[in-house]
Amino acid sequence: MEFLNSLLEQMSTAYDLLAAGWGVQLLWGIGWTLAVTSVSMVIGAVLGSLVAAAKLSHRARLRFLGESYTTVFRGEPELLIIYLFYYGGTQVLTGVARSTGSIGPTDIVNMPSFLGGVLAVGIISGAYQAEVFRGSFLAIHRGELEAARAYGMSAWLRFRLVIMPQVLRLAVPGLGNVWQLTIKDSALISVTGVAELMLTANKAARSTHHSLLFYTVAGILYLVMTSISTPIFDRAERYTSRSFTRPK
Amino acid sequence: MDFDFYLSTMWSVLKALPLTLEIWFFGIAFGLVIATGLTWLRASGYKSGEYFTRAYVFIFRGSPLLVQLYLIYFGLSQFDFVRHSPILWPILRDPMYCTIVAMALNTAAYESEIFRGALRAVPVGQIEAAKAFGMSAFTRFRIVTLPIALRLALPAYSTEIILMTKATALASVVTIMEMMGTAQKIQHDTFRPIEVLTCAGVIYLLLNLSIARLFAWVEYALSPHLRPAPDRSQQIKPVPEVL
Repeated sequence: MEFLNSLLEQMSTAYDLLAAGWGVQLLWGIGWTLAVTSVSMVIGAVLGSLVAAAKLSHRARLRFLGESYTTVFRGEPELLIIYLFYYGGTQVLTGVARSTGSIGPTDIVNMPSFLGGVLAVGIISGAYQAEVFRGSFLAIHRGELEAARAYGMSAWLRFRLVIMPQVLRLAVPGLGNVWQLTIKDSALISVTGVAELMLTANKAARSTHHSLLFYTVAGILYLVMTSISTPIFDRAERYTSRSFTRPK
Repeated sequence: MDFDFYLSTMWSVLKALPLTLEIWFFGIAFGLVIATGLTWLRASGYKSGEYFTRAYVFIFRGSPLLVQLYLIYFGLSQFDFVRHSPILWPILRDPMYCTIVAMALNTAAYESEIFRGALRAVPVGQIEAAKAFGMSAFTRFRIVTLPIALRLALPAYSTEIILMTKATALASVVTIMEMMGTAQKIQHDTFRPIEVLTCAGVIYLLLNLSIARLFAWVEYALSPHLRPAPDRSQQIKPVPEVL
């Protein structure tokens, strides 16, 4: 009975706190998390396709560059990359500004936290996406590439009509995994001060001393985000492979 | 180029390597125990066991490790019974133990899925053959299913171990001075983040590459029967790339 009472009491405090404005803040946090994740995925898609192309190249030097990129950015702690871009960016910007004399010798130009975070998470996401794209390219039937060549298609035409549509189709499940990974990585950029979900939960926990409540709510919201994306990617997969399903 | 600075930074960060390895090792060891329990629960055939493991995997794979760490470190201490418990409180007030607990719980979710997949991938013919030999269920598991499943699980397991090495860096956000925490401190003292983080990055990368090599070697050593005959083996890379 005592337990039930305390539980009820807890729940009413929780409701009060969330209604007092933290709920809205957390919703904004979700918005920022989704923004960070989406922008990072786009940066990652651009970098990932370039790196995948480099890894599949005939030139040994390009292959080596591509390999190093994926090895380094999948092998380093995400936190380290984020610090590198945020604090390193500040170091570079400050150095440039000081040498041009636009700021005083003791002033500092901070890296914009959103930009730094998004670049870092995007580059990590790019390393994983490169592997996905490379795998999808290798899954394309060799005969199709040979047929396209036999038709006299130029490299660009081959890429546009034969390679790209198939790589995109085959990459959908893998991209779904990378998306989930990127959502979780985006929580780490709270260390740079982007007001996404994790940092909002942090602020709420510190200023109200209800850390259990706010971290649980944050955890649930992350679960909601990751579990909503699963059916969306499933649907995308069904849609993109609709002409490849076997008749029942 | 300031070689003295690089060298002294390298050395300071390296001095924190034992602490990183300690978190890493205990996280993986406890994680393995929990994962074994989860896999057993899932394979036991009880519906409730299956629901529990499904929920567990869903929760721990679907949310960031950082949230789990904060929840354990800052969140659980709100309960009075945790603060007054003679067993729980010494564990949950120490950031080091909290990191290990969070890592173990998190990796157990991924590992139990790896083990489940590996158990399902054991060829049915092998199990049928063992049955035909009249082996008991336990003998069958011990000398047929388990060895095959472990070998099948190895590649995915090595990836998970590397993810754990990366996860040890999160300990720095709860004030542990492992490699990342040490690098952070040097960086704040000197305001040369690029140099300091590069030094730490090199160490992390070497650590992960050696773990990957080690697992590739174990995998190679455990599958002599899957390798091609000696005369053809020259054309094939002996050590598969893992990382």
